[in-house]
Amino acid sequence: MTEATWHGIIHATLKAHDVKLVTYVPDNVLRPLIERIHADDFFTAFTCTREEEAVGIVSGAWMGGMRGVVLMQTSGFATLPNVLASLPVPFQIPVLLIVSERGTLGEFNIGQAMVARTMRPVLDSIAMEHHTLSRLDEVEFIVDRSIRQAVATQQPACLILSPLLTGGKVFK
Amino acid sequence: MNNQPATRDTAKAVARFDITQRLVAKLHNEEAVIGGIGHTNFDLWAAGRRPQNFYMLGSMGLAIPIALGVAIAQPARKVIALEGDGSLLMMLGCLATVGARQPKNLIMVIMDNGAYEITGGQTTASAQGTDLAAVARATGIANANWAADEAHFETLIDEALATPGPHLIAARLTSAKPAGQTERDPAQIRDRFMRGLGTKR
Repeated sequence: MTEATWHGIIHATLKAHDVKLVTYVPDNVLRPLIERIHADDFFTAFTCTREEEAVGIVSGAWMGGMRGVVLMQTSGFATLPNVLASLPVPFQIPVLLIVSERGTLGEFNIGQAMVARTMRPVLDSIAMEHHTLSRLDEVEFIVDRSIRQAVATQQPACLILSPLLTGGKVFK
Repeated sequence: MNNQPATRDTAKAVARFDITQRLVAKLHNEEAVIGGIGHTNFDLWAAGRRPQNFYMLGSMGLAIPIALGVAIAQPARKVIALEGDGSLLMMLGCLATVGARQPKNLIMVIMDNGAYEITGGQTTASAQGTDLAAVARATGIANANWAADEAHFETLIDEALATPGPHLIAARLTSAKPAGQTERDPAQIRDRFMRGLGTKR
Protein backbone atom coordinates (compact mmCIF):
# COMPACT_ATOMS: atom_id res chain seq x y z
CA MET A 1 0.00 0.00 0.00
CA THR A 2 1.20 3.47 -0.83
CA GLU A 3 2.15 5.51 2.17
CA ALA A 4 0.32 8.86 2.17
CA THR A 5 3.45 10.99 2.23
CA TRP A 6 4.77 13.01 -0.71
CA HIS A 7 7.72 10.64 -1.01
CA GLY A 8 5.55 7.53 -0.71
CA ILE A 9 3.26 8.76 -3.47
CA ILE A 10 6.10 9.80 -5.79
CA HIS A 11 7.84 6.46 -5.23
CA ALA A 12 4.69 4.52 -6.11
CA THR A 13 3.83 6.71 -9.11
CA LEU A 14 7.32 6.43 -10.63
CA LYS A 15 7.08 2.67 -10.25
CA ALA A 16 3.60 2.55 -11.77
CA HIS A 17 5.04 4.24 -14.88
CA ASP A 18 8.06 1.93 -15.06
CA VAL A 19 10.50 4.77 -14.30
CA LYS A 20 13.41 2.57 -13.23
CA LEU A 21 16.54 4.69 -13.41
CA VAL A 22 17.11 7.36 -10.77
CA THR A 23 20.21 9.55 -11.03
CA TYR A 24 20.69 12.30 -8.51
CA VAL A 25 22.83 14.80 -6.70
CA PRO A 26 21.77 14.43 -3.06
CA ASP A 27 19.62 16.87 -1.15
CA ASN A 28 18.49 16.79 2.45
CA VAL A 29 14.81 17.38 1.70
CA LEU A 30 14.83 14.58 -0.90
CA ARG A 31 16.40 12.13 1.53
CA PRO A 32 13.23 10.18 2.37
CA LEU A 33 12.49 9.69 -1.35
CA ILE A 34 16.11 8.71 -2.07
CA GLU A 35 16.10 6.22 0.82
CA ARG A 36 12.84 4.62 -0.35
CA ILE A 37 14.17 4.26 -3.88
CA HIS A 38 17.42 2.68 -2.72
CA ALA A 39 15.44 0.25 -0.55
CA ASP A 40 13.43 -0.95 -3.57
CA ASP A 41 15.18 -3.38 -5.97
CA PHE A 42 12.90 -2.21 -8.78
CA PHE A 43 15.07 0.90 -9.19
CA THR A 44 18.63 1.43 -10.39
CA ALA A 45 19.69 4.50 -8.40
CA PHE A 46 23.01 6.23 -7.93
CA THR A 47 24.63 9.58 -7.26
CA CYS A 48 26.27 11.61 -9.99
CA THR A 49 29.00 14.22 -9.67
CA ARG A 50 26.94 16.94 -11.40
CA GLU A 51 23.31 17.39 -12.42
CA GLU A 52 24.35 17.73 -16.09
CA GLU A 53 25.89 14.28 -15.94
CA ALA A 54 22.71 12.90 -14.38
CA VAL A 55 20.60 14.37 -17.23
CA GLY A 56 22.98 12.86 -19.80
CA ILE A 57 22.67 9.39 -18.26
CA VAL A 58 18.87 9.49 -18.14
CA SER A 59 18.78 10.79 -21.74
CA GLY A 60 20.92 7.87 -22.91
CA ALA A 61 18.83 5.39 -20.96
CA TRP A 62 15.60 6.68 -22.55
CA MET A 63 17.03 6.15 -26.01
CA GLY A 64 18.05 2.67 -24.90
CA GLY A 65 14.51 1.91 -23.73
CA MET A 66 14.62 2.64 -20.00
CA ARG A 67 12.70 5.45 -18.32
CA GLY A 68 14.45 7.62 -15.77
CA VAL A 69 14.22 10.61 -13.47
CA VAL A 70 16.80 13.08 -12.18
CA LEU A 71 16.60 14.36 -8.59
CA MET A 72 18.28 17.58 -7.46
CA GLN A 73 17.83 20.78 -5.51
CA THR A 74 17.26 24.29 -6.87
CA SER A 75 20.94 25.28 -7.04
CA GLY A 76 21.63 22.13 -9.05
CA PHE A 77 18.91 23.02 -11.52
CA ALA A 78 20.71 26.31 -12.08
CA THR A 79 23.64 24.40 -13.63
CA LEU A 80 21.38 22.87 -16.30
CA PRO A 81 20.16 25.45 -18.87
CA ASN A 82 22.77 24.60 -21.52
CA VAL A 83 22.21 20.87 -21.26
CA LEU A 84 18.41 21.14 -21.30
CA ALA A 85 18.53 23.45 -24.33
CA SER A 86 20.94 21.22 -26.25
CA LEU A 87 19.89 17.68 -25.30
CA PRO A 88 16.39 16.76 -24.03
CA VAL A 89 14.52 19.71 -25.53
CA PRO A 90 15.85 19.67 -29.15
CA PHE A 91 16.39 15.90 -29.31
CA GLN A 92 12.87 15.35 -27.89
CA ILE A 93 13.82 13.16 -24.95
CA PRO A 94 11.31 13.02 -22.06
CA VAL A 95 13.71 13.43 -19.15
CA LEU A 96 11.81 13.97 -15.90
CA LEU A 97 13.37 16.34 -13.34
CA ILE A 98 12.28 16.47 -9.72
CA VAL A 99 13.64 19.53 -7.93
CA SER A 100 13.51 20.17 -4.21
CA GLU A 101 12.81 23.89 -3.94
CA ARG A 102 15.09 25.95 -1.80
CA GLY A 103 15.47 29.71 -1.71
CA THR A 104 11.98 30.59 -0.56
CA LEU A 105 9.60 30.33 2.42
CA GLY A 106 12.22 30.51 5.12
CA GLU A 107 15.51 30.32 3.23
CA PHE A 108 18.54 31.23 5.34
CA ASN A 109 21.20 31.32 2.58
CA ILE A 110 21.15 34.38 0.31
CA GLY A 111 22.87 32.44 -2.48
CA GLN A 112 20.06 29.88 -2.52
CA ALA A 113 17.43 32.62 -2.43
CA MET A 114 18.96 34.39 -5.43
CA VAL A 115 19.63 31.36 -7.62
CA ALA A 116 16.12 30.00 -6.96
CA ARG A 117 14.65 33.02 -8.76
CA THR A 118 16.31 31.91 -12.00
CA MET A 119 14.58 28.51 -12.10
CA ARG A 120 11.08 29.25 -13.41
CA PRO A 121 12.24 31.94 -15.90
CA VAL A 122 14.72 29.40 -17.33
CA LEU A 123 12.01 26.74 -17.62
CA ASP A 124 9.62 29.21 -19.25
CA SER A 125 12.23 30.55 -21.66
CA ILE A 126 12.98 27.08 -23.07
CA ALA A 127 9.25 26.23 -23.03
CA MET A 128 9.72 23.31 -20.68
CA GLU A 129 6.60 22.01 -18.95
CA HIS A 130 6.82 22.52 -15.18
CA HIS A 131 4.57 22.25 -12.16
CA THR A 132 5.01 23.10 -8.51
CA LEU A 133 3.79 20.50 -6.05
CA SER A 134 2.55 22.17 -2.86
CA ARG A 135 -0.40 19.99 -1.75
CA LEU A 136 -0.30 16.34 -0.79
CA ASP A 137 -3.68 15.62 -2.41
CA GLU A 138 -2.36 16.81 -5.79
CA VAL A 139 0.94 14.91 -5.85
CA GLU A 140 -0.27 11.72 -7.51
CA PHE A 141 -2.29 13.53 -10.17
CA ILE A 142 0.52 15.91 -11.13
CA VAL A 143 3.27 13.26 -11.19
CA ASP A 144 1.09 10.74 -13.05
CA ARG A 145 -0.12 13.21 -15.69
CA SER A 146 3.30 14.82 -16.12
CA ILE A 147 4.94 11.48 -16.87
CA ARG A 148 2.16 10.56 -19.31
CA GLN A 149 2.46 13.90 -21.11
CA ALA A 150 6.27 13.85 -21.23
CA VAL A 151 6.30 10.39 -22.81
CA ALA A 152 3.41 11.07 -25.19
CA THR A 153 4.84 14.39 -26.43
CA GLN A 154 8.52 13.37 -26.20
CA GLN A 155 9.36 16.45 -24.14
CA PRO A 156 11.12 16.82 -20.79
CA ALA A 157 9.25 18.02 -17.71
CA CYS A 158 10.20 19.49 -14.35
CA LEU A 159 8.37 18.99 -11.07
CA ILE A 160 9.24 21.39 -8.27
CA LEU A 161 8.66 20.25 -4.68
CA SER A 162 7.59 23.33 -2.69
CA PRO A 163 8.43 23.69 1.02
CA LEU A 164 4.63 23.83 1.45
CA LEU A 165 4.68 20.13 0.56
CA THR A 166 7.98 18.93 2.02
CA GLY A 167 8.52 21.29 4.94
CA GLY A 168 11.71 22.47 3.25
CA LYS A 169 14.94 23.07 5.07
CA VAL A 170 14.91 25.50 7.97
CA PHE A 171 17.65 27.21 9.94
CA LYS A 172 17.98 25.80 13.45
CA MET B 1 58.14 -0.96 -29.46
CA ASN B 2 59.43 -1.86 -26.03
CA ASN B 3 57.39 -3.63 -23.38
CA GLN B 4 56.52 -0.53 -21.37
CA PRO B 5 52.88 0.57 -21.66
CA ALA B 6 52.52 3.64 -23.83
CA THR B 7 52.05 7.01 -22.17
CA ARG B 8 50.74 10.22 -23.66
CA ASP B 9 54.35 11.26 -24.23
CA THR B 10 55.41 8.05 -25.97
CA ALA B 11 52.19 7.41 -27.93
CA LYS B 12 52.47 8.08 -31.65
CA ALA B 13 50.19 10.89 -32.79
CA VAL B 14 47.54 9.34 -35.02
CA ALA B 15 44.91 10.84 -37.32
CA ARG B 16 41.40 11.07 -35.84
CA PHE B 17 39.54 10.20 -39.04
CA ASP B 18 41.84 7.22 -39.69
CA ILE B 19 41.36 5.66 -36.25
CA THR B 20 37.62 6.44 -36.31
CA GLN B 21 37.39 4.47 -39.57
CA ARG B 22 39.43 1.63 -38.04
CA LEU B 23 37.06 1.56 -35.06
CA VAL B 24 33.87 1.61 -37.14
CA ALA B 25 35.21 -1.20 -39.36
CA LYS B 26 35.33 -3.46 -36.30
CA LEU B 27 31.68 -2.95 -35.30
CA HIS B 28 29.75 -6.05 -36.40
CA ASN B 29 27.28 -6.47 -33.53
CA GLU B 30 25.25 -3.27 -33.73
CA GLU B 31 27.37 -1.64 -31.06
CA ALA B 32 26.09 1.81 -30.06
CA VAL B 33 28.47 4.74 -30.58
CA ILE B 34 28.00 8.17 -28.98
CA GLY B 35 30.02 10.89 -30.75
CA GLY B 36 31.04 13.81 -28.53
CA ILE B 37 30.67 17.37 -29.77
CA GLY B 38 32.88 18.93 -32.42
CA HIS B 39 35.36 17.17 -34.60
CA THR B 40 34.91 13.88 -32.72
CA ASN B 41 31.37 13.40 -34.03
CA PHE B 42 32.09 15.07 -37.39
CA ASP B 43 34.59 12.31 -38.13
CA LEU B 44 32.22 9.65 -36.81
CA TRP B 45 29.62 10.99 -39.26
CA ALA B 46 32.19 11.03 -42.08
CA ALA B 47 33.23 7.45 -41.30
CA GLY B 48 29.84 6.24 -42.49
CA ARG B 49 26.34 6.55 -41.09
CA ARG B 50 25.16 3.73 -38.87
CA PRO B 51 21.72 3.59 -37.22
CA GLN B 52 23.49 2.88 -33.93
CA ASN B 53 25.44 6.18 -33.99
CA PHE B 54 24.32 9.14 -31.90
CA TYR B 55 25.75 12.54 -32.82
CA MET B 56 25.77 15.18 -30.08
CA LEU B 57 25.02 18.83 -30.82
CA GLY B 58 26.07 20.74 -27.73
CA SER B 59 26.03 19.42 -24.14
CA MET B 60 29.83 19.49 -24.06
CA GLY B 61 31.22 16.67 -21.94
CA LEU B 62 28.21 14.37 -21.98
CA ALA B 63 29.31 11.66 -24.43
CA ILE B 64 30.34 9.30 -21.61
CA PRO B 65 27.22 9.97 -19.45
CA ILE B 66 24.91 9.42 -22.46
CA ALA B 67 26.79 6.22 -23.32
CA LEU B 68 26.55 5.08 -19.70
CA GLY B 69 22.78 5.56 -19.83
CA VAL B 70 22.49 3.47 -22.98
CA ALA B 71 24.77 0.84 -21.41
CA ILE B 72 22.56 0.62 -18.31
CA ALA B 73 19.40 0.32 -20.41
CA GLN B 74 20.87 -2.29 -22.77
CA PRO B 75 23.39 -4.41 -20.84
CA ALA B 76 23.75 -6.95 -23.67
CA ARG B 77 24.99 -4.32 -26.15
CA LYS B 78 28.50 -2.86 -26.22
CA VAL B 79 28.32 0.93 -26.03
CA ILE B 80 31.19 3.16 -27.13
CA ALA B 81 31.67 6.82 -26.18
CA LEU B 82 33.97 8.87 -28.41
CA GLU B 83 35.03 11.95 -26.49
CA GLY B 84 37.56 14.72 -27.00
CA ASP B 85 40.05 15.72 -24.33
CA GLY B 86 38.57 19.20 -23.92
CA SER B 87 35.09 17.78 -23.47
CA LEU B 88 36.20 15.14 -20.99
CA LEU B 89 38.10 17.77 -18.98
CA MET B 90 34.81 19.68 -18.65
CA MET B 91 33.04 16.64 -17.17
CA LEU B 92 35.94 14.81 -15.52
CA GLY B 93 33.64 13.69 -12.70
CA CYS B 94 31.87 11.30 -15.08
CA LEU B 95 34.94 9.04 -14.95
CA ALA B 96 34.46 8.75 -11.19
CA THR B 97 30.85 7.67 -11.77
CA VAL B 98 31.98 5.05 -14.31
CA GLY B 99 34.67 3.90 -11.89
CA ALA B 100 32.04 3.48 -9.19
CA ARG B 101 29.49 1.73 -11.45
CA GLN B 102 31.93 -0.50 -13.42
CA PRO B 103 29.62 -1.02 -16.42
CA LYS B 104 30.83 -4.15 -18.21
CA ASN B 105 29.60 -3.06 -21.64
CA LEU B 106 31.03 0.48 -21.75
CA ILE B 107 34.03 1.45 -23.88
CA MET B 108 35.40 4.99 -23.80
CA VAL B 109 37.68 6.24 -26.57
CA ILE B 110 39.41 9.53 -25.82
CA MET B 111 40.51 11.59 -28.81
CA ASP B 112 43.29 13.69 -27.27
CA ASN B 113 44.73 16.36 -29.55
CA GLY B 114 45.74 18.57 -26.62
CA ALA B 115 43.65 21.41 -27.99
CA TYR B 116 40.22 22.98 -28.26
CA GLU B 117 40.64 22.53 -32.00
CA ILE B 118 37.24 23.71 -33.20
CA THR B 119 37.61 27.08 -31.46
CA GLY B 120 41.08 27.84 -32.81
CA GLY B 121 43.43 25.33 -31.22
CA GLN B 122 43.77 26.74 -27.72
CA THR B 123 45.76 24.41 -25.45
CA THR B 124 43.95 21.98 -23.10
CA ALA B 125 45.24 20.81 -19.74
CA SER B 126 45.95 17.39 -21.23
CA ALA B 127 48.71 18.98 -23.31
CA GLN B 128 50.13 20.40 -20.11
CA GLY B 129 50.41 17.31 -17.96
CA THR B 130 47.00 15.77 -17.31
CA ASP B 131 47.13 12.11 -18.37
CA LEU B 132 43.48 11.19 -18.95
CA ALA B 133 44.13 7.42 -18.94
CA ALA B 134 45.88 7.81 -15.58
CA VAL B 135 42.94 9.83 -14.25
CA ALA B 136 40.62 7.01 -15.36
CA ARG B 137 42.80 4.39 -13.61
CA ALA B 138 42.71 6.47 -10.44
CA THR B 139 38.90 6.24 -10.41
CA GLY B 140 39.01 2.44 -10.58
CA ILE B 141 38.79 1.96 -14.35
CA ALA B 142 41.59 -0.63 -14.48
CA ASN B 143 41.57 -1.11 -18.26
CA ALA B 144 42.64 2.39 -19.25
CA ASN B 145 45.45 2.53 -21.80
CA TRP B 146 47.17 4.76 -24.31
CA ALA B 147 47.27 3.48 -27.87
CA ALA B 148 50.95 3.35 -28.86
CA ASP B 149 50.12 3.57 -32.58
CA GLU B 150 47.37 2.65 -35.07
CA ALA B 151 47.95 -1.11 -34.82
CA HIS B 152 47.94 -0.99 -31.04
CA PHE B 153 44.72 1.07 -31.15
CA GLU B 154 43.13 -1.75 -33.14
CA THR B 155 44.41 -4.34 -30.66
CA LEU B 156 42.97 -2.38 -27.73
CA ILE B 157 39.61 -2.02 -29.52
CA ASP B 158 39.55 -5.77 -30.23
CA GLU B 159 40.23 -6.50 -26.56
CA ALA B 160 37.58 -4.02 -25.41
CA LEU B 161 34.97 -5.54 -27.71
CA ALA B 162 35.83 -9.08 -26.59
CA THR B 163 36.20 -8.67 -22.81
CA PRO B 164 34.14 -7.17 -19.97
CA GLY B 165 34.76 -3.48 -19.30
CA PRO B 166 34.73 -0.72 -18.54
CA HIS B 167 37.54 0.02 -20.96
CA LEU B 168 39.15 3.38 -21.74
CA ILE B 169 41.39 3.81 -24.75
CA ALA B 170 43.20 7.11 -25.16
CA ALA B 171 44.69 8.13 -28.48
CA ARG B 172 47.03 11.08 -29.00
CA LEU B 173 46.06 12.84 -32.18
CA THR B 174 47.69 14.88 -34.86
CA SER B 175 46.08 18.23 -35.58
CA ALA B 176 43.71 17.70 -38.49
CA LYS B 177 40.50 19.11 -39.88
CA PRO B 178 37.53 16.72 -39.78
CA ALA B 179 36.58 14.79 -42.91
CA GLY B 180 32.96 15.96 -42.86
CA GLN B 181 30.34 17.76 -40.83
CA THR B 182 27.34 16.26 -39.07
CA GLU B 183 23.89 17.26 -40.31
CA ARG B 184 22.31 19.17 -37.43
CA ASP B 185 18.86 17.62 -37.17
CA PRO B 186 18.50 16.51 -33.55
CA ALA B 187 15.04 14.94 -33.76
CA GLN B 188 16.10 12.86 -36.76
CA ILE B 189 19.39 11.85 -35.10
CA ARG B 190 17.51 10.65 -32.01
CA ASP B 191 14.83 8.88 -34.00
CA ARG B 192 17.33 6.98 -36.17
CA PHE B 193 19.39 6.06 -33.14
CA MET B 194 16.37 4.64 -31.30
CA ARG B 195 15.39 2.61 -34.34
CA GLY B 196 18.98 1.39 -34.52
CA LEU B 197 18.75 0.29 -30.90
CA GLY B 198 15.39 -1.38 -31.44
CA THR B 199 13.58 0.93 -29.02
CA LYS B 200 11.38 2.62 -31.63
CA ARG B 201 9.54 1.23 -34.63
